[in-house]
Amino acid sequence: MLRGARGEAVAEALRGQIEVGDFFGAERFVPVSNVHMMGDIEVMGEGGLEFLRRTAESGARCAVNTTTNARCFDFGYAGRLGQSPENVAREGVLISCLREIGVMTTDTCINYQAIYQPHLGEHVAWGDTGTVIYANSVLGARSNFESGPAALAASLTGRTPAYGFHLDENRAGSLLVEVEANLESLSDWGAVGRIVGEKHQDYWAVPVFTGIDRPPTADELKHLGASLASHGSMGMYHVVGITPEARTEEDAFRGHEPTSVITVTNNDLANLYAGYDTGDGSANLVVFSAPQLSLYELKRLSELLDGKQTSESTSLVVTTNRGYKAAAENLGYLKNIERAGGVVLEGVCFYILDGVARMRTEYGWDNLVTNSAKLANIIKAHRYNPVLRTTEECVRIAVTGRIEDP
Amino acid sequence: MSNGNSISVFRASGHVVEGEALISTEGFSPRYDLDRLTGAVSRPGHAIAGENIAGKVLFFPTAKGGIAAGWAFYDLASKALAPKAIVFGRTNPVMVQGAVFAGITIAEGWSEDPSEIFRTGDIVRVDPQKKRIDILKRA
Repeated sequence: MLRGARGEAVAEALRGQIEVGDFFGAERFVPVSNVHMMGDIEVMGEGGLEFLRRTAESGARCAVNTTTNARCFDFGYAGRLGQSPENVAREGVLISCLREIGVMTTDTCINYQAIYQPHLGEHVAWGDTGTVIYANSVLGARSNFESGPAALAASLTGRTPAYGFHLDENRAGSLLVEVEANLESLSDWGAVGRIVGEKHQDYWAVPVFTGIDRPPTADELKHLGASLASHGSMGMYHVVGITPEARTEEDAFRGHEPTSVITVTNNDLANLYAGYDTGDGSANLVVFSAPQLSLYELKRLSELLDGKQTSESTSLVVTTNRGYKAAAENLGYLKNIERAGGVVLEGVCFYILDGVARMRTEYGWDNLVTNSAKLANIIKAHRYNPVLRTTEECVRIAVTGRIEDP
Repeated sequence: MSNGNSISVFRASGHVVEGEALISTEGFSPRYDLDRLTGAVSRPGHAIAGENIAGKVLFFPTAKGGIAAGWAFYDLASKALAPKAIVFGRTNPVMVQGAVFAGITIAEGWSEDPSEIFRTGDIVRVDPQKKRIDILKRA
């Protein structure tokens, strides 16, 4: 492969992977069964698009099934959101290049719910931090954070260097988190992720949760992981008695002692919610996104919004993938959400929307209310003022137009 | 170990490069802290807000941000706005993958805090093979 038997683009991809592997002291490659990559015009820029064009023209093709993460346009809403037609066109070119290489442009950040669930011990190369932490923690599959170019390289070569979470020794727990709080809403799980992640920002830290008193749902673990990854740059966690490499606490720590112990109480959660600045109290925008909503989350939202009407001064935006939007339409959830005044975007995530910073000023979206601790973290980069609330509170706020105290 | 003119790094990759040091006490994301059209650190309140990273040797205690940073370095390099080297105290694979893909020298982990040894504006040499950073000229 290095000598160019599969073309120069593949050889170049492999050379880059060897360099990354050497940096981390990898001794070998592992074959990957599946690749999930981030590739859209907002993150790639003109330089990235040029690279993709050359790769497509060279004839290089994916060696394993490869899917894409959420992107920055829902083509059906680009006009309504005032997104630049020029960028829409470039995104179209980019998608054509990806498809020519053999990438399935699924445009979802919840591939682990909607598309593929690798099994215990299966090596994959996934991008989007939320997908990686879910694969490692909940499924017991093995992946590092593979950024766009690294995931594409893995797709072309069918392998990835064996470092980080591909190796047993890095999957052992390092922090003990004793959960004394009652985790009810999805936002509570994200809040715990923030409390742990903010204090221990470290890719190599692996928190071990104890005290979770009931089996969590996939959506709850999704919000916990997305928040840990966003606030703490973390790629793996264990929940004792729940996740596959943590049958017991000893199992999770693999014989090591925790480097520190954190306790999370109901009081910690209350303080966290109260800590968000609500500005003038007006709810300009309520967002359900980051990660995209599952079909169950869409169902819940539809029930909460049934017969309600959002305030005239409040926009309600929801993001999911194409498959779940179609299913929600079929099941009547979409009609309920839209009738209440909500907009359901497909194939995107709110914070990567092209022009998201402009939308804040143009639409007066200063206060952003959400049940996603990840979104509340990341959206600050675009100068929004985030407020984290439970799903039920978010819906009430969208209806009244006023941000209530938690 | 230090003679006051150099530091050791734990891991490094890329070419030997020489350039002006730019030292930050705050972590960095090429996606959220940077104006990718000019190379200037644009997030208000960032420790080195207003500084331009093009052609510099950057020092950051940590990496911030997610997967998207991987493409950002390549985009910067294609606009001739890339730094010569990036040295992190602690980083994640995204920064390493992104730097390697963009041909930017990258290093992680240091024997002592670079802000104790170097000043912004010093000319330094990063040698990934020797895992060492030396001062060539004081600012």
